[in-house]
Amino acid sequence: MAYQTAHNAPAGGKPAFYVTDGHEHVHAGDSTPLGFWVYLMSDCLIFAVLFATYGVLGRSYAAGPTGADLFDLSLVAINTAMLLFSSITYGFAMLAMEKGKKSAVLLWLGITGLFGLAFLGIELYEFHHLIHVGATPQRSAFLSAFFALVGTHGLHVTAGIIWLVTLMFQVRQRGLIAENRRRLMCLSMFWHFLDVVWIGVFSFVYLMGVLQ
Amino acid sequence: MSTEPAAAHHGHDDHGHGHEGAHGTMKSYVTGFVLSVILTAIPFWLVMGDVLATQRATAMAIMFFGAVQIVVHMVYFLHMNTKSDGGWTMLALIFTIVFVVITISGSLWVMYHLNTNMMPMTPHDMRNMP
Repeated sequence: MAYQTAHNAPAGGKPAFYVTDGHEHVHAGDSTPLGFWVYLMSDCLIFAVLFATYGVLGRSYAAGPTGADLFDLSLVAINTAMLLFSSITYGFAMLAMEKGKKSAVLLWLGITGLFGLAFLGIELYEFHHLIHVGATPQRSAFLSAFFALVGTHGLHVTAGIIWLVTLMFQVRQRGLIAENRRRLMCLSMFWHFLDVVWIGVFSFVYLMGVLQ
Repeated sequence: MSTEPAAAHHGHDDHGHGHEGAHGTMKSYVTGFVLSVILTAIPFWLVMGDVLATQRATAMAIMFFGAVQIVVHMVYFLHMNTKSDGGWTMLALIFTIVFVVITISGSLWVMYHLNTNMMPMTPHDMRNMP
């Protein structure tokens, strides 16, 4: 009834205000993906600056170890595979969400989280190894830029995993309600975006780094 | 009486928007995944197998495959198209790409020229710097 009044109001001539209000209510959740996309784009600028920093300082070794000395490409390849697998399993979670299969969504989210954890574990192992052999961020401008860029990406993945676990609890308790579907959609964009950034990292930092 | 069509309309609207270009299909995810695996494997193979004759050619190939893979991810995983949200996502993306290109290429360009105009320094000098 209220809806109809609002809709018929402009016929009376005056309160066009109510009509716009009603429309905004209908589209309230629709602007979230766009807003989240704008956030991702601003995050992209952070990474652009870190990439630019690495591009400028990436060859300033200060007579220290170079990328060719330090990077273990087979480890990076495994890491890349982990992130790629997590991307496709998150895609499967979204497909299960479309079909409204709650337990399948939880299963795929869990697998995605495990791949994410494997990625983080390998990255932390690599960082630990680098610091152990003396290649700390303080050693050279190259290593400072390297740790800043790869570390920021790792922090994003950590945040993504925390978010993912939170959503798993949400979905388990509340089911696949509209709010949870929206949240899963946003995390999906975030997760795939991190994979896109990782493409830049393994191409620009690791693969180019071992070329002399 | 009047609330029922309104509610139905609302529900339908919500549903329709959830589907509109937002999610992929099994086929699109698998296609994107297979393409990504291929586009990842080639640059790793080029570097680890030392396939190309010059380093410069290898570097160009890495950049090329990286760029293609980013587009593949955008299309198949992030479902980018010119129509979603009335083209605003695409506009935001284009704006960001312009910014990213200016930031990265500008930094490299300026700092490269600064570096070439700097006083030469040996590793020995560097070690004894404060």
